[in-house]
Amino acid sequence: MTTIFDLPVSYFGLQFLIGLQNGAFYALLSLGLAVIFGMLNVINFAHGAQYMMGAFLAWLLLDIAGISYWWALLLVPLIMGLLGVVIERAFLRWLYDLDHLYGLLLTFGLVLIIEGLFVSVFGSSGLPYEKPQALAGAQRIPLAMITGNERDMMMIPLYRLWIVAVSIVCCFGTWYAIERTRLGSYLRAATENPALVRSFGINVSVLITLTYGFGVALAGFAGVLAAGVQALTPHMGSNLIIVVFAVVVIGGMGSILGSIITSFGLGIVEALARIAYPEASGVVVFAIMIVVLLMRPAGLFGREN
Amino acid sequence: MFKHTLLASALVATLASGPATADAISGDKIKIGVLTDMAAVYADLSGTGSVIAAEMAVQDFGGTVLGKPIEVVSADHQNKADIAVSKAREWIDAEGVDMITDLVTSSVALAVQEVGREKNRVTMATGAASSQLTGKSCSPRGFHWAYDTFSLANGTGTAVVKNGGDSWFFITADYAFGHALEGDVSDIVKANGGTVVGAVRHPFPSSDFASFLLQAQASGAKIVGLANAGSDTINAIKQAAEFGIVEGGQNLAGLLMFVTDIHSLGLKAAKGLYMTTGWYWDLNDETRAWAARFEQKAGKKPTMIQVGTYSAVLSYLKAIEKAGTDEAGAVAETLRSMPVNDVFAKGGMVYANGRMAHDMYLAQVKTPAQSSGAWDYLNIVHTIPARQAFQDPAKSGCAVIN
Repeated sequence: MTTIFDLPVSYFGLQFLIGLQNGAFYALLSLGLAVIFGMLNVINFAHGAQYMMGAFLAWLLLDIAGISYWWALLLVPLIMGLLGVVIERAFLRWLYDLDHLYGLLLTFGLVLIIEGLFVSVFGSSGLPYEKPQALAGAQRIPLAMITGNERDMMMIPLYRLWIVAVSIVCCFGTWYAIERTRLGSYLRAATENPALVRSFGINVSVLITLTYGFGVALAGFAGVLAAGVQALTPHMGSNLIIVVFAVVVIGGMGSILGSIITSFGLGIVEALARIAYPEASGVVVFAIMIVVLLMRPAGLFGREN
Repeated sequence: MFKHTLLASALVATLASGPATADAISGDKIKIGVLTDMAAVYADLSGTGSVIAAEMAVQDFGGTVLGKPIEVVSADHQNKADIAVSKAREWIDAEGVDMITDLVTSSVALAVQEVGREKNRVTMATGAASSQLTGKSCSPRGFHWAYDTFSLANGTGTAVVKNGGDSWFFITADYAFGHALEGDVSDIVKANGGTVVGAVRHPFPSSDFASFLLQAQASGAKIVGLANAGSDTINAIKQAAEFGIVEGGQNLAGLLMFVTDIHSLGLKAAKGLYMTTGWYWDLNDETRAWAARFEQKAGKKPTMIQVGTYSAVLSYLKAIEKAGTDEAGAVAETLRSMPVNDVFAKGGMVYANGRMAHDMYLAQVKTPAQSSGAWDYLNIVHTIPARQAFQDPAKSGCAVIN
């Protein structure tokens, strides 16, 4: 067995993969935030609560209706997307002409209401969600091609590999849809100059509503993925969302590719911190944020205006 | 002459019935404040359930003490010491609250106990864990009721080492409570001939324990001690299953677990875990009956904190009745002299440092096959007698008694 600092190389391989898997959650959430901010100019503070609702919906579907995880992966984003559309139509659209702060305050108020309701209905200690049998085991990954030693193996829980894979597919899909398709070009144009796009006969208001719905659907989707790893608590979103905000700021507000790359990168940096100095793992992202803001105020991939 | 006798006997009668006079009870009312976490991580194991338990105690006591009405008030401290302190001051200064209880979260309890000391009010912590409350931070007006880090360490730590778990690795919540629990358990492990091979401190709260569990796995320790609570413990246990910690020959020890945590984890994930608890609803007919009453109001079985709050409030009212006054000094003195006998504790003793010592239970979580359904979660392995379960007050470092 190959070792580094007396620890088998597979240990570091696993830690690296777990970093990637945490990065996958950051990516899915920061992507939604970046898309919403890019198109609506709204800082969607409710993103964490929407992620939490996605996880609880998956639990409800399974517990009450017996609907499996696989269907939940499809249904939950649809339901959450619809909810997003309702929120945008009912509340957010009135705020576009006002300062960012109003959108932030409104969505923050939504968080308080939603979390309060969930605590009173489901309690605060958490609900268990059974992940599907097909993803329950562990996968053996040989490391011989890296280390040259046949005995180097690592066992990674299948579900964590699944998260990384699905997240990469989603991220690529979103990036492609926005940067490489006609619909995406309308969206981008509508952000730059809504009046001009409207004059081409495109319904900008519907585009914006759908964009918010899509962002919320992504949060719900991430929630379903999270249900298989952790206990579902009404506060699971607010604990995560602060880090995700830092990720978006580091990547550059509104930059899609920036958010994706930064998310995976920071997941790995955090994994390294957990090995080297675990006490600091909670603050390392924020320390990086401070440095990035000092050097590049628009973020690593953001454009200066 | 007759007149004088009449006057004298009237005076004597008034004095003898002193406890019933207006002066004995300040504000003509006894107000009990339940200061707790209503909406965040500890809301299920204390919260509204503690308020219900306090109201049950008032009801069982008869609704009045020394002829005066008893009222229960409650507030949410959000697990923040500063909010708790300002609420406690407001209660005492403006609303005439006589006693404050629950106080889940160690930092909150330590801060409010100081307010009680300063303002001459009794505080009875049932939710907080840190044994510092009756150790170096003890107060002549402060009491610690349901459990503490010393008794948890003593119960689970000793049992696990004696069962062969002699090398430990800790996954510890990186704040005062986690450090205290890790410290107390380490002492017990070493005293019983075991070793501590390492520890990792995780940010509080955390949702992903994969990295820390891998470190525990790599340490090779026989026992992975979880010196954290609530959703941290739940997530750590849930994720340990993914990485095959138990299949790999290591065992987990949850050092602070509540019956609500087991309910949340499910028996499949929690089976076989050892835990130390001050109370369990299924101990005997009396506990079952009490829990059924509680469940009717709260919709779930009580935790040791909630029933501990019942016991604390009941004991406080009994002490007022016996002392004939609600003056905190006299009530505290009486509390220390009275044995505690109720549904929570039998033969409980209140030590001079304010610690209520009672029997604790070492329990093991049932397998799904052993359980008859929801809330049937624990097998009591053995009872730890009060004097062994809690620290000898002479060694607690409490200045009040030395």
